[in-house]
Amino acid sequence: MASEWSGYVVAEYRYFSEESLSADQHDSYVSVSAQPEWFHQWDRGKQSFAFVPFIREDQYDDERSHVDIRELTWLKAAEDWELRIGIRKVFWGVTESQHLVDIINQTDLVENIDGEDKLGQPMVNLALINDWGTLDLFVLPYFRERTFPGVEGRLRTTPYVDTDNAQYESDKKEQHVDYALRWKHYIGDWDFGLSHFYGTSRDPRFVLNPVPEPVFVPYYELIHQTGLDVQATLGAWLWKLEVIRRSSDLESYSAATGGFEYTFYGVMESAADIGLVMEYLYDDRGQLASTPFQDDLMLGVRLTLNDESSTEALVGVIDDRDSRARMYSIEASRRFGNHWKMSLEGRWFDNIPDTDPLYSYKNDDVIQLEIAYYF
Amino acid sequence: MKQIIVVGALLFIAGYSYGQTAEEKGLAIAVEADKRDQGWTDQATTLKMILRNRHGDESTREIHGKALEVQGDGDKSLIVFDTPRDVKGTAFLSYTHALKPDEQWLYLPALKRVKRISSSNKSGPFMGSEFAYEDISSQEVEKYKYKFIKDDKHEGRKVFVTEQYPQYKHSGYTRQIVWLDKEMYQPLKIEFYDRKGSLLKTLTQHEYKQYLNKYWRPSRMEMVNHQTGKSTTLLWLSYKYKNGFSVRDFDRNSLKRAR
Repeated sequence: MASEWSGYVVAEYRYFSEESLSADQHDSYVSVSAQPEWFHQWDRGKQSFAFVPFIREDQYDDERSHVDIRELTWLKAAEDWELRIGIRKVFWGVTESQHLVDIINQTDLVENIDGEDKLGQPMVNLALINDWGTLDLFVLPYFRERTFPGVEGRLRTTPYVDTDNAQYESDKKEQHVDYALRWKHYIGDWDFGLSHFYGTSRDPRFVLNPVPEPVFVPYYELIHQTGLDVQATLGAWLWKLEVIRRSSDLESYSAATGGFEYTFYGVMESAADIGLVMEYLYDDRGQLASTPFQDDLMLGVRLTLNDESSTEALVGVIDDRDSRARMYSIEASRRFGNHWKMSLEGRWFDNIPDTDPLYSYKNDDVIQLEIAYYF
Repeated sequence: MKQIIVVGALLFIAGYSYGQTAEEKGLAIAVEADKRDQGWTDQATTLKMILRNRHGDESTREIHGKALEVQGDGDKSLIVFDTPRDVKGTAFLSYTHALKPDEQWLYLPALKRVKRISSSNKSGPFMGSEFAYEDISSQEVEKYKYKFIKDDKHEGRKVFVTEQYPQYKHSGYTRQIVWLDKEMYQPLKIEFYDRKGSLLKTLTQHEYKQYLNKYWRPSRMEMVNHQTGKSTTLLWLSYKYKNGFSVRDFDRNSLKRAR
């Protein structure tokens, strides 16, 4: 039996260098967040319980100030199965620029537009472990709506999204029970997963509601999505592919992300590594796609110093091959002592045409500094 | 590996009756060391690493790990980071092999993501320390070619001094000189020579204790990098055997549960 507390507290400062599209928005925001974690395990580690609440308080944005339960799970592991009941986060996929296959959890969009922050998802998950791989079965009894910035927040659509009046295709609304399964396995240098999801789409469509003031109302439809993710690890090359096929009453489409990461280890006789990332992002709906990434190329350079401070940086650009719209980004972090970590993140939007889903972000170039204390 | 053990053992026996080359004697010593270290089955450890830069500033890492002995192949191991706190819960799963590339996965707890990672990074630093991945990896006879140099004494103990030359890809070393204790068949000191043939690092292993009345394990390792002036102390705080681990404790599912 072992119990422990851990977690972090983060102070964040965001500065937007360009004038906001709306007078309600601000140029700089201070925000504090915390994510403590209580973990308890027994039965020689075969059973465990985890509780991970999350809270953020933002200076101006009422929607970004929010609370979530990231995890509240009981786990039991046996020789050929693992059962997890409760609220959790699950990640599927291999690519870096976007996560098409990853569908179990809703995106906590107010946290970051990169889609990597997720809301806790209630579930029953049974994993069946066999010689031919692991089969994961999911029952998802409750749907989480996506979070969107409020009127005073930046990196939001214009008009803003009214999250209080979401509409659903299903009469059961957020009570609709969703199902998913995934088979994952590896053979030699190849790791792969094949998945299917049926239920309420995590990606809403938007309905413009003009009165009393114009707002976007999210509409969540029912979808089937089949996904494939593959990675081949060949020496210093990582080759990656994610493909999805999604169908609803309104449309059916396919999308894919594919590319590689190549790493130069120990460059210039140092301990540092430099990785080159290139991925192509495709959506067969073309300009009609709800995503900005329908025919885009992502290029990135990752620098890992492998020093005692774990200093690392990732610089990237996603270039729209049709419109030449570009989104540049930088992420860098470094640890100080055993408990502190400083992170810098920047994003710049360039040449975004008014037909692009990123158009609302065109004046939201942002630089973000975080100081985190881990305990 | 069995065949080589048999051949090696024959060479070892033969060595006493017939003239033996330095290479044959070096191999025979490695085979005997390997033989004496077989049968431990599984192992659970807790470790503390103290990293020192050339100014003497220290930072520490705490990790715990488990390993499963695999007959005829490299071992399987799972390492979990406890501190620094920002990487707490990060776990590293490794299926090691003698000559073909290892298979490695990393679990990133913040993203809940299991990532297959390249094993070409053998010469890279483990957690920012002076230990490279290849230094902490499972030691297999086939990984090197050997040459016996001389019998000697090291800090009052009788040793074989041998040279070994990595045969696996992506090693950062051209050769290693090993001072192997004649009683324990465990290294007391290893010098590592870089790709240019210059002395890069020296490892010394201290405070050996015997476990299960058979297996000698050091309680402290000191790695000094002569080229950068940095050093790392690796303290083995505990070794535990007979844990009853199976391959299931070393699969990608267990990686996600590792704490």
